[in-house]
Amino acid sequence: MSAAKLVHGYEVVIGFETHAQLSTESKIFSRASTAFGAEPNTQACAVDLALPGTLPVMNRAAVECAIQLGLALGSHIAPRSVFARKNYFYPDLPKGYQISQFEIPVVQGGEVSFMLGDEKKTVRLVRAHLEEDAGKSLHEDFIGQSGIDLNRAGTPLLEIVTEPDMHSSEEAVAYAKELHKIVTWIGMCDGNMQEGSFRCDANVSVRKPGAALGTRREIKNLNSFKFMQQAIDYEVRWQIEQIEDGREIQQATVLFNPETGETRAMRTKEDAADYRYFPDPDLPPLVIAPEWVERVRSEMTELPRAMAERFVRDYGLPEYDAATLTQSKPMAGYFEDTAKACGQHKLASNWVMGEVSRRMNADDIGMEQLPVSAARLAALISRIHDSTISNNAAKDVFDALWNVSGDLISDPGALSVIDDLILAKGLKQMNDSSELEKIIDEVLAAHPKNVEEFKAGNAKALNGLVGPIMKASKGKANPAQVNALLLKKLG
Amino acid sequence: MRDLHHLSVAELAALLRTKQVSAVEVATRFLARLGGNPHNAFLDINSEVTLEQARASDAKLAAGTAGPLEGVPIAHKDVFVTKDFVTTAGSKILTGYRSPFDATVVRKLREAGMVSLGKLNCDEFAMGSSNENSAFGAVSNPWETSHVPGGSSGGSAAAVAARLTPAATGTDTGGSIRQPAAFCGITGIKPTYGRASRYGMVAYASSLDQAGPMARSAEDCALLLSAMCGPDVDRDSTSMDVATDDFSRDLLRPLARAGKDGGALKIGVPRGWLSELRDDVSAQFNDQLQRGSPLVDMKIMSGVQELMRQGAELIDIDLPNTALAIPVYYIVACAEASSNLSRFDGVKFGHRAAQYGDLLDMYQKTRSEGFGDEVKRRIMTGAYVLSHGYYDAYYLQAQKIRRMIADDFQRAFAQCDVIAGPVAPTTAWKLGEKADDPVANYLADIFTLPASLAGLPCMSVPVGLGEGNMPVGMQLIGNYLDEARLLNVAHQFQMAHPECHTAQPENLP
Repeated sequence: MSAAKLVHGYEVVIGFETHAQLSTESKIFSRASTAFGAEPNTQACAVDLALPGTLPVMNRAAVECAIQLGLALGSHIAPRSVFARKNYFYPDLPKGYQISQFEIPVVQGGEVSFMLGDEKKTVRLVRAHLEEDAGKSLHEDFIGQSGIDLNRAGTPLLEIVTEPDMHSSEEAVAYAKELHKIVTWIGMCDGNMQEGSFRCDANVSVRKPGAALGTRREIKNLNSFKFMQQAIDYEVRWQIEQIEDGREIQQATVLFNPETGETRAMRTKEDAADYRYFPDPDLPPLVIAPEWVERVRSEMTELPRAMAERFVRDYGLPEYDAATLTQSKPMAGYFEDTAKACGQHKLASNWVMGEVSRRMNADDIGMEQLPVSAARLAALISRIHDSTISNNAAKDVFDALWNVSGDLISDPGALSVIDDLILAKGLKQMNDSSELEKIIDEVLAAHPKNVEEFKAGNAKALNGLVGPIMKASKGKANPAQVNALLLKKLG
Repeated sequence: MRDLHHLSVAELAALLRTKQVSAVEVATRFLARLGGNPHNAFLDINSEVTLEQARASDAKLAAGTAGPLEGVPIAHKDVFVTKDFVTTAGSKILTGYRSPFDATVVRKLREAGMVSLGKLNCDEFAMGSSNENSAFGAVSNPWETSHVPGGSSGGSAAAVAARLTPAATGTDTGGSIRQPAAFCGITGIKPTYGRASRYGMVAYASSLDQAGPMARSAEDCALLLSAMCGPDVDRDSTSMDVATDDFSRDLLRPLARAGKDGGALKIGVPRGWLSELRDDVSAQFNDQLQRGSPLVDMKIMSGVQELMRQGAELIDIDLPNTALAIPVYYIVACAEASSNLSRFDGVKFGHRAAQYGDLLDMYQKTRSEGFGDEVKRRIMTGAYVLSHGYYDAYYLQAQKIRRMIADDFQRAFAQCDVIAGPVAPTTAWKLGEKADDPVANYLADIFTLPASLAGLPCMSVPVGLGEGNMPVGMQLIGNYLDEARLLNVAHQFQMAHPECHTAQPENLP
C-alpha cells in the first residue's frame, strides 16, 4: 500500500459500514410491499407489526441480492449463514429485536477497487450481511408525542462492512461512489440516497504514522457524497485538535449536521447496549447450495470491469474511454447500442463522452431522460463517416435532435430523420467537385496576393485561402477536399 | 344414547355424520356445561360465535361438504391467536387482545369441521407446570379440586377431564401437554417439532414450542393430530415440509408386529427413570428423584408389562444426560422467551401503563404491571444467560448439551422403537404447595424435558391412579415423525385396559 497522505502529521484511518436497501418487491421476512412514500403504517402487515403469533419467512429475492453482491466483489458466499437476533427496545423496532446476521454472515471478504486520481485503490471488505430495517420515529409531527411509521420495518438491507483501509475523505468518497455504482449496476439497490436506500456510516480515527490504531468515532447516516466528505474532514480536524490539546478521543457515535458542518456525539461507549445476540430460533440457517450461486451468476448482468475490458477488446477503444463509458450502466448501454448501429466505435465513444455528456450536464438530466435515441445518434455518426456532413455540422443536427421529441425507443426511420434535418438546415457537405472548383476559382481570383506568396514557398498562405472558400461554401465544403483541390490548382 | 358430553370425538363425528344429532345440538349441550366456568378452565366463551360455527357445520353436513370432524366441539389453549375470541396467553399484558387472524392450527381444525367452544386457561405465556401462573386465576383439577391440573395446558386438561369439551388443543414446550394430561387422566400428544405450524401460537420458546391435541383417547388424538398437522412453510420457517400423515392408520396393529422391522415392538425403558432400575445414575440425579413416588413407578411398570403381555419386547436403554435436561431447558427456553416477549412493550397492542414519564418509564411500568412473577423470572434469567460475558458459559454450553441429549436418543432408537417411562415423578400436587418454590416446579419436569429438547414426538397415556387416587400418565417417546407408532402403542394399551382412559373424576355434573 502506498504511503498515506498525512494531515498535520497524522494518518487518517477510515472504515465504512454501508446499508444498501435491496430492490425487492416485498419485505425480507414478510409479504408486505417495500414501496417508498406510502401513507404511514399502510405497508406494514401483521408480521411487520410483530403481532403475537407471527413468524418470519425468508425472502429468496433478498438472498439473491446478497449472492449478486458477493459475486460482484469477489467475496466468499457462505454455504451456511445464520440469522441472529439483536435485542434492544425502541418504539420503531416492533419485535424488540432486529433480525440480522452476527457470527456467520452470508457474504464474507471481497474487495472494491477504484481509481483515486491516477492511483488504483483497493478497499477490502470484511463482510456483508442481510438484515431487516426498523421503522421510523416521527418526532416532529406530534406535540409531546412521537409518531411511529412501520412502513420501513422489515425492509431488506445488506450491511456492507470494510476493513479500515481508507486514508482520506477523498478516498472514502471514491470508495462510496464505486460501491454505489456497483450496487446500482447489478440492480440490487436503487441507490437513492435521499430516500435512504444507500446509507453510509464512517468509522474515523487518526494516529501518528506507525502507531497503533486510534480510538474511532462512527459518523452515522451520511446520505450524500458531499456531506460525507465534509463530515469526515470536520471529524479528522476535530480529532487532531483534541489530541493536540491533550484530550483523549472517546469512542462514540456521532451525527453530522449539514447546517453547521459539524459532527456531534449522540452516544458514547459507556451507554453502549448489550444486544444479547443469539441465533434466531424462528429461522433455520440460510443454506446456499453451489447450484444456486451458479444460477445467480449465469443470470447476472455483466459487471463494469468486465464490460470495460470487452470494450477495449471488441471495439478497440482506449482504456480511458472504456473506463469512462462504464461509469454507469445506462451510459455503457447507450454507447454500445450506438456503436453497434453505426459500426464507428471510436466516433461513437467520442460522441457519448463528448457532446452527449456535455448536453446532459448542461440540462442536468439523466440517461433515462435522454432525448436522442442511440439509433438517431448512430445515424448521425454514419453521416459523418460517409462525409455527408462535417463533425461540426453534426453538432448542429444533434442540437436540433435534442429539442425534437419523438419515438426514442424503436426508431426505424432514424436515418431519414437525420437526412431530413441535414437537408432542412442545408448542412450537406459539398462533395460535388465542379461546384467547389467554381468557388475555389473565384476565391483564387479574389486573393492574388495569397496565391503569389504560396507559390513563393509560404505554405501558411494557403490558410488565407481555405477560410474564404469555407465561408463561400457556407461551411458545406469538405475541408479535406478543399485542401486537395487547392494544391492541385496551385501545384 | 349416552349423554353427549361422555362421547368421544370419533363417536360424536359419527353421530353428526349420520345426522343422529346436529352440530347446534352438540354445541348447545356443551355450552350449557360451561355455565359458571367450572374449574376456571375457560378464559373466553362466546356462545354466539360457537353457535354460528355450529350452524355453518350443520349446513355443510346437509350439503354433503362436511369435513372429517364436522360439528365436533373443541376448545383452544389461549396461546393460539383467534379472530373470534380474545387471546391473552394467560397474561394481563394481553388483556382484551383480539388477533386479526387465526392460528394455522385453529384454522385447520375449523376446516376439518370442528366448532370452537372458546379459549382455555393456561400458565402465563405457557410458563409453568401447575397453571397457577395464569393472570386470570388458577385452574383446579377435576379429580380433586384442591389440586393443580398441571400445566401449562392446565385449562385444556381440566376441560377434557371434566367433560366440558371432548377435545382441546394444547402446546408443549417442556411438557405442557403431557404433564397436565397425566395429572388429569387424559391422553395428549406432542408431535415432532415442526409437524404442526407455530404460526399463530404466542411464542414462548421458539425452538421448543409445539402444538398438539388433548383428548380422552389415543384414537381421538390420532384424528385431531391428522387435522392439525401439515406443512405451513409460507408462514413458519420451522414447519416441516412433510405431507400430512393419517395418524390413525396403524392404530389397530398388534404390538407383536409393531416394530420398525415388522417384528415385535421394542420398548426401551431408560435406566434410572424408574426407581426399581436406579442403579448407576449420578448422585445428583438420585437426589432429584427422591421426591418421586413409588406408586407412580408401579403404575408405569404395570403399563410397560401390559405392552409386554401383548408381545412387546423390553429393552434397557441409557439416556445418560437426562438430569442435564433441566438446566439446559431453563437456559434455552428462558433465553428465547426473554427475546420473544420483548414485543410486549406497550407501544403497539396490549396493556400500557396508565401513568408514565418518559419512554423508559413507560416500558418499565407497562412490563412490571403486565407480566407475572414467573414470566419476569424467566425473562431475567434469559437476559442474563445471553449477556455479554455469560453467553458462552450458559447459552452456548446449553446448546452443546442439547445436541448430546438428542444424540443419546438416536443411540437409544437404534435399539428400540418406542421409549416408555413416567411423565412426571409424582401425581398432581396441591394448589399452592410449590407456589413459593420455582425450582421444585422445574425439577418436576425432568422426564418431559429431554424429548422436548430433542424435538421428538411424545405422549401421555393414562395408566391408572396413584397417590390420593390421582391419575398417573405413562410417557411414550418415539423417533422423529413416528407419531403413528406412538398412537398405535397407546391405542393397543387402551383397547386392553379401557378402564384407564375412560375413568373419570367422581361427582362430575
